[in-house]
Amino acid sequence: MHELGITRSIVDIAERTAREHGGTRVTSVTVEIGALSGVIPDAVEFCFEACSKGTLLDGARLIVESIPGLGRCPDCGREQEIDNHSFACGDCGALGLERLQGEELRIKELEVD
Amino acid sequence: MCIDCGCAERTEQAHHHHDQNQAGRTIRVGEDLLAKNDRLAAVNRARFAEYGLLTLNLVSSPGSGKTTLLETTLRALSNELRFAVLEGDQQTANDAERIAATGVPAHQINTGAGCHLDAHMVGHGVDHFDLANLDVLLIENVGNLVCPASFDLGEDCKVAVLSITEGEDKPLKYPQMFRAAELVIINKLDLLPHLDFDLETCRDYLRQVNPQARVIELSCKSGAGMETWYNWLREQVAKKK
Repeated sequence: MHELGITRSIVDIAERTAREHGGTRVTSVTVEIGALSGVIPDAVEFCFEACSKGTLLDGARLIVESIPGLGRCPDCGREQEIDNHSFACGDCGALGLERLQGEELRIKELEVD
Repeated sequence: MCIDCGCAERTEQAHHHHDQNQAGRTIRVGEDLLAKNDRLAAVNRARFAEYGLLTLNLVSSPGSGKTTLLETTLRALSNELRFAVLEGDQQTANDAERIAATGVPAHQINTGAGCHLDAHMVGHGVDHFDLANLDVLLIENVGNLVCPASFDLGEDCKVAVLSITEGEDKPLKYPQMFRAAELVIINKLDLLPHLDFDLETCRDYLRQVNPQARVIELSCKSGAGMETWYNWLREQVAKKK
């Protein structure tokens, strides 16, 4: 359950950023979670209410934007959608797909009052 | 007090009474959620580099034999290399006590409910060692094949330990971890005659998940493969000098 720590980071960064901008309440926070990041969006959502209680994010909406995994074959160069269990190129079967996208774990934006 | 992590400086509540009432403003952030851990890991890495220290992050399921591997290694090599060991567990100092019994400095980190070590814990944990007089820092992570994969501690590389009692498909089930490892140790090789474990299948699964990983098969009990592991360690230390 490292999602608990990840969710605490969301709350910490959002609070800090809101304060820096003179915000008194965060109404929504948008995070980007890549399909290859090893973080389960459902688990983050599950932790969010508990982690935001008593902070500027109390009652805020959590919006999760999923980013699909994208890989490139080291042999034939084909780019393809991948998940954590894609090991071989869908075309030529080569192993060791390079990861181009999907490891993101970012707080994208906040709505503040 | 800590200048790297600011962990004793929690005074945020003190200054917070802005009255701007600009409803519904959007603030772009773009900050990585692991940024704090990554920043502290970079601080750790720079500190280890300053002393030319080889740092390994050992990861595995609980009970794969990490601590026994460390004990055996320390007894064999502590007359030629200077080691220290950070032990991570949710509870107890049992592992640090086992390591300390070999005469090597050890410090136990208890994560409580935490499922992994992070760079902050390691940064403070190594304060217990005289880094200038070490060659190798071994960090034994919390036994868990999931969460420790996401947290950089500032190590040179992750070493995943897989014992053959766990089944040959662990790399397929936990690809994130086996992909993150530079070296995979297949442990408890002495039990092979008693199990249905198929070594070649396991090697094949590892190749699928991480074709670059170096694989060493060994047994702390019989001693098989231990010299290969020791030589790998010696080579990594030599690269640091």
